[in-house]
Parts: sequence; structure tokens; C-alpha cells
Amino acid sequence: MSHFFTYAILTATIASGIQYTAPFLLAALGETLGQRSGVLNLGVDGIMLLGAFSTYYVAYRTGDLGLALVAGLATGAVLGLLTAFMSVTLNAEQGISGIGVYILALGLTDLLFVKLVGTPTPIKPLMGLDIGLLDRIPAVGRMFFHQNALIYVAFLLVPVLGFVLYRTTYGTKVLACGENPAAADSLGINVHRIRYSAVIAGSTMAGLAGATLLINYGIFQENLTQSAGFIAVALVYFGAWKPGGVMAGSLLYGIVTAVIFQWKSLGIIPVSDADLAATAPAVITVLALLSVGRRFRQPSALAKPYVRGA
Amino acid sequence: MRRLLASESNASIVAPAVNWRRIALTWFALPLSAVGALLVGALLIAAFGSNPISGYHALINGAFGGGYALSSTAVKAVPLLLVGVGICISFRANVLNIGGEGQIAMGGLAATATALAVPHLPAVLLVPLVLLAGVGGGFVWGAVPGFFKAYFNVNEILSTIMLNLVAVQLMNYLLAGPMIDTTTPFAVTGKIPQTRLLSKNAWLPIIVHGTQLHLGVVIAVAVALLAYVLLWQTGFGFRLRAVGLSREAATYAGMPVKRTTTLALALSGAFCGLAGAILVFGGISHRMVTDGSLTGFTGSAGFNGIVVALFGGLNPLWTIVSAFLFGGLLVGGTALQGATGVPTDLVTTIEGLVVIFVVSIDFLRRRARVRAEEPPERPGTRTRTRPGLLRLMRARA
Repeated sequence: MSHFFTYAILTATIASGIQYTAPFLLAALGETLGQRSGVLNLGVDGIMLLGAFSTYYVAYRTGDLGLALVAGLATGAVLGLLTAFMSVTLNAEQGISGIGVYILALGLTDLLFVKLVGTPTPIKPLMGLDIGLLDRIPAVGRMFFHQNALIYVAFLLVPVLGFVLYRTTYGTKVLACGENPAAADSLGINVHRIRYSAVIAGSTMAGLAGATLLINYGIFQENLTQSAGFIAVALVYFGAWKPGGVMAGSLLYGIVTAVIFQWKSLGIIPVSDADLAATAPAVITVLALLSVGRRFRQPSALAKPYVRGA
Repeated sequence: MRRLLASESNASIVAPAVNWRRIALTWFALPLSAVGALLVGALLIAAFGSNPISGYHALINGAFGGGYALSSTAVKAVPLLLVGVGICISFRANVLNIGGEGQIAMGGLAATATALAVPHLPAVLLVPLVLLAGVGGGFVWGAVPGFFKAYFNVNEILSTIMLNLVAVQLMNYLLAGPMIDTTTPFAVTGKIPQTRLLSKNAWLPIIVHGTQLHLGVVIAVAVALLAYVLLWQTGFGFRLRAVGLSREAATYAGMPVKRTTTLALALSGAFCGLAGAILVFGGISHRMVTDGSLTGFTGSAGFNGIVVALFGGLNPLWTIVSAFLFGGLLVGGTALQGATGVPTDLVTTIEGLVVIFVVSIDFLRRRARVRAEEPPERPGTRTRTRPGLLRLMRARA
């Protein structure tokens, strides 16, 4: 009996951990693409917030989740254009312009939420998707193969991004712009165009991350992301700018969060200590950053604007 | 940050022909970005079907109309000013401290714990003691990411943000556990995560009767003046700015770059911590309470302080003016909500836009400067020219 009990809990914990992971993973993969091209986008959290809000608003108005997702993606793309304009065209200080985008989005989502929605109502959830018969596999079946479609998309994007970065011409150009834009420029690569495209694609993924977070919650609330976007940026460093590493970091973060949540609800961690335990994912991330800072090198041109001939 | 602050060091060295375009951009860039942000805000108010003119009229009246409004604005400006001054220091060292929120909370907690531990000390001792405790709490919470950056090459933006997440949980834990109010039975309070009413001896004295104007206002202004002296009149300040302009050059000149970096972030945290202590003991409830979020305690001063410092041109003296204006925006936001029904979140939106405009307009300013002062570069040089340490030193000599 107790054996069965812990077993059921374990699979449920991992399943919810995977669900927690998806938004971090999507945002962090998008950020990886942008950073590999040499642009630090610190506005991810803001982009996720606005992406989540537009997804919620369209779903709330039309009831059409597909349309809502398109709205989330489009919001991400538009904010990506803004970010790229500031970082690439205007050569703005990227750490600060990102904070600007974040503060803007934080204010704007609350403003729009109060004025356009007022009393929040939950939206229709996205049903779990069973892939073939895989969810019938004992043990791992429902853990891995009964998630909603967005979660599969998130994990599918890991090999996709890896392929794009390391196996395509476009990816090589992105890496070149992130390492040595002057050399890339001398080979006829349009550094600005590559950076624009990488930032816009990355931000679109951040918009999708916001949408995923929203669909996991089912309802919008003020500051829905709770710094998830900033954590995603940290996870990019954690994963040493590699899609696989970013996935490992996101999974660790998601599962530790889920485990603590589960232990709290089971009473394994006393309620009084739950807040203390909830610091674990952040502490682990900081410690991981400590070792990454020594061992891995960030893209050489990260956060450095490229000015031709200067 | 280097580029935002390069203008003045250059201007004093080379004497260019009068470039009106550049002067206009230097002096009007910041006001212009504020006007731009307010215009977008006006469009938003209009989009919600209200009159922006009457809205802004209410905002200005609510913030600056009359003695009470002015004193509320001044009180609201205190945490913004302290955080802003801290940001001036860290950004001048090219260290981006985004962890103000967490540092404020840790300062508030350290100060509160002190007042809980020794409540019976006389006010002359207890007030300075709790303020120092706040400084200490923030100092430690800033020193950790500073140390990690200097010695382990950990990106400070990320570590400070992660430490915000740690701080909020720590605050919730302490206020719901070890520091919770045990004087009122839980049956009455329902276990609200807050401390007991803190010792009266620790309250910041009100300096003008009938207003909320407390000692913290004086302290904050004094601290800003001190920070100005520290940055421009001391060897430490010189080293700090040198590290900010070029880490390599500072290393080459034999400066203790790592120690300076750590201290810059620690000091920045200390100012935020002081803000936290003042929030607790200059507040109305005279308890430390949490609603589960950092914003609930800080009022987002950790982020708003960044806006304030940028708008003050990263100069502690201008930051005083800037903090007062943004304090007014926060106070007036409530009046604006009353007049037009547009929520105070509009103020946050405007602040975000100010940051975006400030960093964007800086581009025009830089371009004007480059045209005026720098001869055409040899083609093929890769790195951007920055005001080097030597030029900086010559300027001092």
C-alpha cells in the first residue's frame, strides 16, 4: 500500500515537474538563440507577461485557444522587434533596456487586465494529449506522454534549436555574430539582420512561454510570471549556452520546484518551513552559476553592440 | 553603463567647436524622454476613454499641490532616492545591480530583528542602531553577488535577481515563523505574517508636525550628498569609476579591481538596506508585514530606483531631483486614478517607457559626440573607443 502510494506520488511529481519546466525551457531556448547572436535580452519576463496576457485576453473573448496562442506568439514577435531595435539599431545598453521592457510590460499587463478584464474568469484548459499508445506504458506512460501539446513543443524545440545552431548555415552565421561580428561582417554576413532575426525568433518563443505558463495556470493574475523570465535568462548561463544544457537546467529547476511543492502538500516539509524550502531552486541556480562562471565562456560579443568600423 | 556616463569625462578633456546639437541632446535628452513617456501615457489614458489633460492635472495636483501633497511625495521619494543613489554607485562601477528589491527586504528584516531584540534601548541609541542594522543587512545581500562577480565571474544581473527570489522566501519564512507577532492571540489575528508593534524608541521622529515628513527624508538627502562626495572627491570613488570605465585599464594601473567591484555592489546593497529600514520605521503601521511578495514591502522601489538613477544621469545630486519627481508620480498616480479611473499601474508603464526612452536617446547623444570629437577611425579597428583611463587621469591632473 505505502509502496504504491509513494510510487503514484513520484510519477505525479515528475509529471508536474515537467509541466513546470516547459515555460522556463521555451523562454530559455529563445534567450539562448538571442544570446548566441550576441544580444542579451533581459526583457524576457516582460515579454512572457504580455504574451500570457494577450493569450488570456483572446481566449477569454473568443474562447478559441488556437487564436489565443497566435496572439501570444505575435506579442512576443512585436516585443522582439522593439528589443532588437533598441539593442541592434540604437546600440542601447542591453542590461538596462531589458529592464525597461520588463517594467513597461509589468505596468501594461496590470493596466490592461484591470481595464479590459476586471473580474477574471478561468479559460478552457488545454487537454492532455495522448500520443498513440505511449501513455499506456506502465510507470512512465502518464508521466511523459499525457501532457498538453505545448509541453511537447517545448521539448521538441531542444533538438530543433540544436540542429539550427550547429547544422545549418543560418546557425553558423548566428554563432559568428555572437563571437566575432566584425569577422562575420567582413565575410558579407549582415550582422544586424542576423541579430534582428535571432532576437525576434527568441522573443516569439518567450511569448509562447508566457502562453504556456498561462495555459498551465488557466487564469491570468498580476505578475503571473513571478520572475520566471529572469530565471530563464539565468538558465541559459546555467546551461552554458547549449540547448541540451539549458534543458537540463530547466528540468532541474522545474522538478525541484515540483518536489518542494509536493512535499509541502504532503506535510513532509512542515508548513512553517515551506517558505525556507522554496528558496532551494534559486539557491541551486546561484551555486550552479558559480561553477559555470569559471568553466564556460559566454559568447564573446554578448551584450556588445556592433558598430561597423568602430 | 560606460556609455551613459562617458559624456562628461570627454567634454572636459577636448575643447570642441560649439556643437549646439550636442548641447541640446545633452541637456534635453532626459527631459525629452520623460515628455515622450508622458505622451504615450496620455495616449493610453485617452484610449481608455478619459481625458488625459484632466488626468495629468489631477496627478500634478495630487503630487505637488500643497504642503500635505509635497510631504507625501517627499516621504515616497525616500526609498527611491536611497536605492537610486546605490544604483549610481554600482552602475558607475559598471556593475548592474538589479537586486534592490531583495536588498531592501533584507535591510528591513535586519533592522526589524534588531528592534525586536533590544526594544528597550533609548531612542537616541535605538534609531541609529536599527538604521545601521538595515545598512548591514543590505550590505551583506549586495556583497554576496559582488564577491561572486569579482572572484567567480558570475553575472551580477542574474545572481542579484536570484537573490531577490531567495530574499522574498526568507522574508515570508521569518515573518510567518520566528518573527511573528506573538503578543496578540492567533485567534484574533488569524496568524497574519507580521511582527508585533515595534518599539516606539525605534520609530523615526516626525520632523514637521501634521505631516508624515520623518527623519528619513533628511537622512536620504544627506546620504545622497555623501555619495556624491564619495564618488568624486575620494580615491575610492575615483577607483570605482575607473573600474567602471575600463576594467582592463584599472587592472593595468594596479587598482584592486576585484575588491572595488565587490564593494561597489555591497555599498549599493547597503543603501537599499537603509531604504528597507526606513520603510519599516518611517511607515505608518510600525510593523514589518508581508503579503507574500517583495513588491508588497518595497513598493517596487528596487526597480523604480533604477529608473530614478538613470533619469538623474547617474549623479547622486540630480538623483535627488529625480527621486522627488518620481515620488510625485507615485503619489499623483492615486489622484489620477480617482479622477480618470485609470489604475495606478499607468505609473509603472510610464516608468518603463522612461527607461526605454533614456537608453534609446542616449544613442543620439553618443552619435552627436562622436561626430564632434572623434576623428574618423582607421577602418578595420574592431573595438569601440572608450574614454581610457589615461585620459581620465589627465583630466584630473
